[in-house]
Amino acid sequence: MRRPITPSQTVGPFFSHALPWTDGARVVPAGTEGAIWLRGTVTDGAGQPVPDALVETWQADPDGRFDHPDDPRGAAAGFRGFGRCPTDGSGGWAILTRKPGPVPGPDGTTQAPHVDLSVFARGLLDRVVTRLYFPDEAEANATDPVLARIADPDDRATLVAEATSDGYRFDIRLQGDRETVFFAI
Amino acid sequence: MTDRGLDAPLTVWGYRRDHGRTHPPLLSPDYKSTVLRAPARPLTELPHTLTEVTGPLLGEGRVGALDHDLTRQHAGEPLGERIIVHGRVLDGDGGAVPHSLVEVWQANAAGRYAHDLDRHPAPLDPNFTGVGRCVTDADGRYRIITVKPGAYPWKNHHNAWRPAHIHFSLFGRAFTQRLITQMYFPGDPLFAFDPVLNSVRDPAARARLVSSFDLTETVPEWALAYRFDIVLRGREQTPMEDEEDEE
Repeated sequence: MRRPITPSQTVGPFFSHALPWTDGARVVPAGTEGAIWLRGTVTDGAGQPVPDALVETWQADPDGRFDHPDDPRGAAAGFRGFGRCPTDGSGGWAILTRKPGPVPGPDGTTQAPHVDLSVFARGLLDRVVTRLYFPDEAEANATDPVLARIADPDDRATLVAEATSDGYRFDIRLQGDRETVFFAI
Repeated sequence: MTDRGLDAPLTVWGYRRDHGRTHPPLLSPDYKSTVLRAPARPLTELPHTLTEVTGPLLGEGRVGALDHDLTRQHAGEPLGERIIVHGRVLDGDGGAVPHSLVEVWQANAAGRYAHDLDRHPAPLDPNFTGVGRCVTDADGRYRIITVKPGAYPWKNHHNAWRPAHIHFSLFGRAFTQRLITQMYFPGDPLFAFDPVLNSVRDPAARARLVSSFDLTETVPEWALAYRFDIVLRGREQTPMEDEEDEE
């Protein structure tokens, strides 16, 4: 029997004593070989940092597999794939993880390595969803079926992280100048 | 299961899209914080690929023995009206969402959060943090014990008060099913004045955020019960392509 879904409501301002976990921001334990930091800031339409957001990540493992029974290739056990980090007073977040591998896409295509992100915050009545792509995957990015849906190269660029000394930087601009591309999911 | 490799086409069943029917519009100016935070540009449709139809399967390992009982997390009992909140987590086809993490948080009975930045001049309760977790059972059922949260003022507009509510966070089994919402209590006189609740435009959808009083699950001489069922998105009946409106 079909049932209508429950509506979303904002996470509000007062979740940081409730939702973060001690190891939430570490998809892999510190010291894991090949671990990278994904870092960024969340800013609003005035360019001001958003200090009360929650960033969540979901991604494949380095082989492009998911620890999930709905991966028809079989669940690849052992990689949590999920990260959760509240923003700090400067709007900053950081997730320690490993770089995902390419993932099969629609119609036999291959998706470039990517990380799905959700952002929750006071003032966001529903999460906003975006994707992080990697700057050192230009060839794979060029044929990625999701990036291909975004016509404007400047818009596509909002989804490609920048390389840093210990990983990648991915700033999330909720509104305004160089607004991040967000997805209807 | 065999490894079909990256080149073999995979059949992926997506999840039904809401098309803006149920969830609130991100820009809802009566709720002032949306004005600078809601994306201004239209969203791009994301196909449901393997990344979106999988998700973190968080369960028992994330929950301590007393996490479901917010009245037993400190040396003494919190003040306020003890209540039981229970229900089922379902998908849009009516199926149970089993063994799935449910996270809750709320203000105390006086309407104050145990959060550093809550400045409402109402008392904190040393026996109440207002944070709980549980895992749904095989039938998607959950049950928490807590105290009824108080209403509290906020600065959205003159004389603004939030109706009493409990925040809920749910994962389902897929990234597409992730949901954070709020549960309200029946008959609250503040409903008509709350821009957060009223950001949900469809009155029938708003009503689904309001729990119902449940005499059957009420424990005599101990605690009133409220029932709150949560429905996450259901699955497409055909693979991927079907992203048309259904009705």
